[in-house]
Amino acid sequence: MSNQQVEEGVQEKVENPRVKSIKDFYKRLAKNRAALIGFYTILFLIVVSIIGPLLTSNSPNDTDVMNRFESPSAEFWFGTDHMGRDIFTRIIHGMSLTLGIGFASVIMGALVGIPIGIISGYYGGRIDNIIMRFIDILLAFPGILLALAIVSILGGSLVNVTIAVAIYAVPGFARIIRGSTLAAKKLEYVDAIRALGAGDGRIIFKHILPNVLSPVIVNATLYIATAILTAAGLSFLGMGAQPPTPEWGAMLNDGRGYMRDAGYIAFFPGAFIVVVVLAFNIFGDGLRDALDPKMKK
Amino acid sequence: MSQKKELLKINNLKQYFPIKGGVLGRTVNNVKAVDDVSFTIYEGETVSVVGESGCGKSTTGRAILRLDDPTDGTIEFDGTDLLSLNKKEMRKMRKDLQIIFQDPYASLNPRMTVRQTLNEAMEIQNAVPRDERNDRIAELMETVGLQPHQADRFPHEFSGGQRQRIGIARALSVNPKLIVCDEAVSALDVSIQAQVLNLLKKFQDEWNLTYLFIAHDLGVVRHISDRIIVMYLGKIVEMGDTKSIFENPQHPYTKALLSAIPVPDPEKKTERIFLQGDVPSPIDPPTGCRFHTRCPFATDKCAEEVPELRNEDYMTDGHAAACHYIKAIESGEHQPTRETSKVRDV
Repeated sequence: MSNQQVEEGVQEKVENPRVKSIKDFYKRLAKNRAALIGFYTILFLIVVSIIGPLLTSNSPNDTDVMNRFESPSAEFWFGTDHMGRDIFTRIIHGMSLTLGIGFASVIMGALVGIPIGIISGYYGGRIDNIIMRFIDILLAFPGILLALAIVSILGGSLVNVTIAVAIYAVPGFARIIRGSTLAAKKLEYVDAIRALGAGDGRIIFKHILPNVLSPVIVNATLYIATAILTAAGLSFLGMGAQPPTPEWGAMLNDGRGYMRDAGYIAFFPGAFIVVVVLAFNIFGDGLRDALDPKMKK
Repeated sequence: MSQKKELLKINNLKQYFPIKGGVLGRTVNNVKAVDDVSFTIYEGETVSVVGESGCGKSTTGRAILRLDDPTDGTIEFDGTDLLSLNKKEMRKMRKDLQIIFQDPYASLNPRMTVRQTLNEAMEIQNAVPRDERNDRIAELMETVGLQPHQADRFPHEFSGGQRQRIGIARALSVNPKLIVCDEAVSALDVSIQAQVLNLLKKFQDEWNLTYLFIAHDLGVVRHISDRIIVMYLGKIVEMGDTKSIFENPQHPYTKALLSAIPVPDPEKKTERIFLQGDVPSPIDPPTGCRFHTRCPFATDKCAEEVPELRNEDYMTDGHAAACHYIKAIESGEHQPTRETSKVRDV
């Protein structure tokens, strides 16, 4: 009984500094107005992508021949496209796709890139050399070209685009993690735990990983923007989402032919891509400043 | 001294760090951080290793714990050759060998509470049964002069001296036999230094601990050690018990080193020996006696022949210095060969 109480007390005290550090972190982030705007924009978009599709009255893929090329109006907020589909509805439905591709590809890339980077940095020597030269090869390709090549091998679909973008994300993560690991493994507390007889697994997971993650979080945020852009680009080229999926890049491509007469068909998907990418970029920049240890004091 | 048990015996320890160069990454040269060092530590004593930065004292400490694997030599601990052990055997052995680091800010994981840090230490070595660990942590905290309730705090909530105590508690948690104190008090201010040193001494008396004390502060060393090893550029130049080293230094380098200790008496004038130049590079150390480039007594012989550690009949037992001329210098027979830079401190 008393033992349990003690343990509960322990838990609470362990939690406290973390809650405090989240508050501190928010305070630092809030100093950068742009980052805060980016943060709330992302939050808003995520909420919309979840509840938005439930609230729209039109279906994203229903064609309506009577209402083709309608300009934005009270009924069709963003107008209709060449098949009479409501662009606003399509954008709302496409939002979860876009964000999903962004998050999924970055998470996949991080899950592969982080272990590679840690192994490379921690063990060093020949393993490090082999892995890093391979990473160099991947980095030498322009991102979209690499993704294009992967998609043309795997075939065009949204899942394959996500995989392609994830593969392209791996070298970035591996590089960053390797650098931080190289620095972290020289720290005295790592030596101390090694002197106690800890195995590599324990050192890596309990002592190195938690201390090298913050640059990864920043990189991941910034990379979501790139991932979204790349995925939209591939869809625009017809390699990603297949019609009639309401993917923004594909919608942009749909509107391409009618730029002169019905610019809004291309404008709205394009504008949303810009907003999402910009939001992630400025949030990522703010995050980097907020997580910078030099800013702490 | 002879009836004392040998705890650690180091023979011909060499630690070379390769310098890679060229396109293919060949080893172009070696940094000879520790070059052929041998000494013995007896159970329950404190041996200090002193020398300038870069002389290989920390490297020696790290090699003993196998934090870096030495290039050559043997390290015998309690009768076992540590270098012949495989990873698993070594892991078990680590229970008996612990280290306290210089920087109390870098030696604790910033994301773990003191309790987690100490708990992990005991968990790795399984030194204490799980249900007794909390009691043991409280006991350890008290032993090192901290409050048990502070165990759930993070390292950044402690001062430097307190953190160093936590580092000591971590080392003690597995009941080691030998503790390497790698500049353990150098980062602390003087009053805290004294506290930590007294603490270490207390533990030694209680548990018959053995310390290898790596330091550059001779005042600290004099206070705590039984014997002293003076290193210069990866080699031992002189070793002996504290009293003989301080009162009767033989090697010209030790004499210069000791003359640098400030005397807290403004009336007393001390003779200070200033050495010329800097410590040569350990990549390409001088031939013969490594100190000959800076030694006021150097001759041609010094540049050619490597001096062995020798004990002359007038020196106390166990006191040895690596110089060809200790006897001649002592008797005044051998005078300085280059201009001495003895200056009177005013």
